Amino acid sequence: MSVKDKFELKLGAATREAFGKALVELGKADQNVVVCDADLSKSTFTHLFAKEFPERFFSCGIAEANMVSIGAGLASSGKVAFVASFSAFVLNKGFEQLRVNVAYPQVPLKVVGTHSGISIGEDGPSQMSVEDLSLASSLAGFTVISPADEVATFALVKEAAYFDGPVFIRAGRIKVPLVYGPDQKFEIGKAITLLEGKDMTFISTGLMVAECIRAAAILEEEGISAGVIDIHTIKPIDREAIANAAGSTGCIVVAEEHFTDCGLGVKVAQVVCETNPCVMEFHGMGNYYAESGTPEEVLVKYKMTGADVAVTARKALARKK
Amino acid sequence: MTKTSDIGELQAIAKRVRRHIVTMIAAAKSGHPGGSLSAVETLVTLYFDVMRHDPANPTWAERDRFILSKGHAAPVLYGVFAEAGYTPADSLNTLRSIGSIYQGHPDKRFIPALEASTGSLGVGLSLGLGMAEAARLDKSPTRVYVLLGDGEIQEGQIWEAAMYGAFHKVDNIVAIVDYNKIQLDGFVKDIMELEPLADKWRASGWNVIEADGHDFAALQKAFADAAAFKGKPSVLIAHTIKGKGVSFMENNPKFHGVAPTKDELEKALQEIGA
Repeated sequence: MSVKDKFELKLGAATREAFGKALVELGKADQNVVVCDADLSKSTFTHLFAKEFPERFFSCGIAEANMVSIGAGLASSGKVAFVASFSAFVLNKGFEQLRVNVAYPQVPLKVVGTHSGISIGEDGPSQMSVEDLSLASSLAGFTVISPADEVATFALVKEAAYFDGPVFIRAGRIKVPLVYGPDQKFEIGKAITLLEGKDMTFISTGLMVAECIRAAAILEEEGISAGVIDIHTIKPIDREAIANAAGSTGCIVVAEEHFTDCGLGVKVAQVVCETNPCVMEFHGMGNYYAESGTPEEVLVKYKMTGADVAVTARKALARKK
Repeated sequence: MTKTSDIGELQAIAKRVRRHIVTMIAAAKSGHPGGSLSAVETLVTLYFDVMRHDPANPTWAERDRFILSKGHAAPVLYGVFAEAGYTPADSLNTLRSIGSIYQGHPDKRFIPALEASTGSLGVGLSLGLGMAEAARLDKSPTRVYVLLGDGEIQEGQIWEAAMYGAFHKVDNIVAIVDYNKIQLDGFVKDIMELEPLADKWRASGWNVIEADGHDFAALQKAFADAAAFKGKPSVLIAHTIKGKGVSFMENNPKFHGVAPTKDELEKALQEIGA
């Protein structure tokens, strides 16, 4: 079965919308679930929860630092507490609070950053979070999740809610292709191999997973067998899946909508170095900020398409030979 | 631990806590005596009279919460914890030593009965609001007390929290400003003036109470007034003296963060009395 036949990549919902729907389901099942937002509830989709459970929704105004600490107070009093904002705001403006009120005392707060990466589009670099996976991962004891589509987001938000420890979940603004069928099971910390490859393996996260599948389809027509692994949990990372891919294909390309010098790629490289050293290339954002444009225009200009990832793959394969 | 409203008994406890403070900081050869000594009566009033808590059952869900947002005043909290029976008194002098439960700033990992790990200024009031909101949702009688330094409220997050507390009418929280008028670099008025302080809190929508922070009767009345006030959060501006109880530390910016020498400790203990 060809890659194209295996993956239809039909457009699904935005991961932020799946997050909002998961919150409502969680809220219905458990009255201990509470949500804080900082004047972006219509954008983060926490407004769905706010409408159903106004008494358990805490509007914090445009004050992310305060919101994170309030969320920590709720979580340390036994609530299943979520705080949400744009990823760029909750992590950058709330970082100190995430460090001292959440990570250091290991308070099981769930932090959701939406509108991540450059695919937010028109709003431009001040709202584009291209360092969030790095910031979140640097918080000791945090689990960091970056789902690829709405199915993964819905399932992983629900799993994260009762996860014993602080969790950051990265979500996006735009509708993204469906990578998973409705029955797919997800386990925090366990990567999912979407395609087995013989010649090389794409390791990716978030909306770039679908682009890696597209790249694999392009390469397949060139007679190259490329695997695709979805690292939906950035931290703790699935070392076994990475080591196996490095060992079996000897060539890894990491693709991410994030700075490549501090994101998924360096984490994968650490595992590869420690297990089965092999050729690696890193596809993503260099250490610069993007610009406004439609999400599609921005993604094309900053080389976040399957065709771009395939170019990087050919470069890696040339080095392998 | 026996609770008491008797001012003579509270004064005796305060004296022991002051002795603990200067002794442990001298032993550690570093720490913050000034802002610990200024907050003694506030903490003693809360832990031995006002707050509903039980050292034998520190996870009691309906307990009142105390957050030492000015975490550098850890010695006063440790002295009170030892007197209340939460932690051992005989190891107070291990303050700031490797492996000690008495860390440089309060650390929940070492003392689980602490409500918060603190030390970075400006975040404690928001944390307390979250705890107060959880208590309201649970219809719990829990009240939350957050001790802020005066210099600390130069942090912007305090005023984010002030807005939140007033807007959401969080009336089961009391912020206490330990207004000793000195911060690390000198007098507050010379670093970043806070006045008109009461007006700022009032304008932010808080019920403002001012009291002499070394007068037990005044503190008892202030906390009773705060508890009786509904519809707004309360802030107690506790007028205090930095280094209170040790003449050469009083109103002396030097003793914000410097330990007494051996000779100074002896003199301090003499002044505090047995």
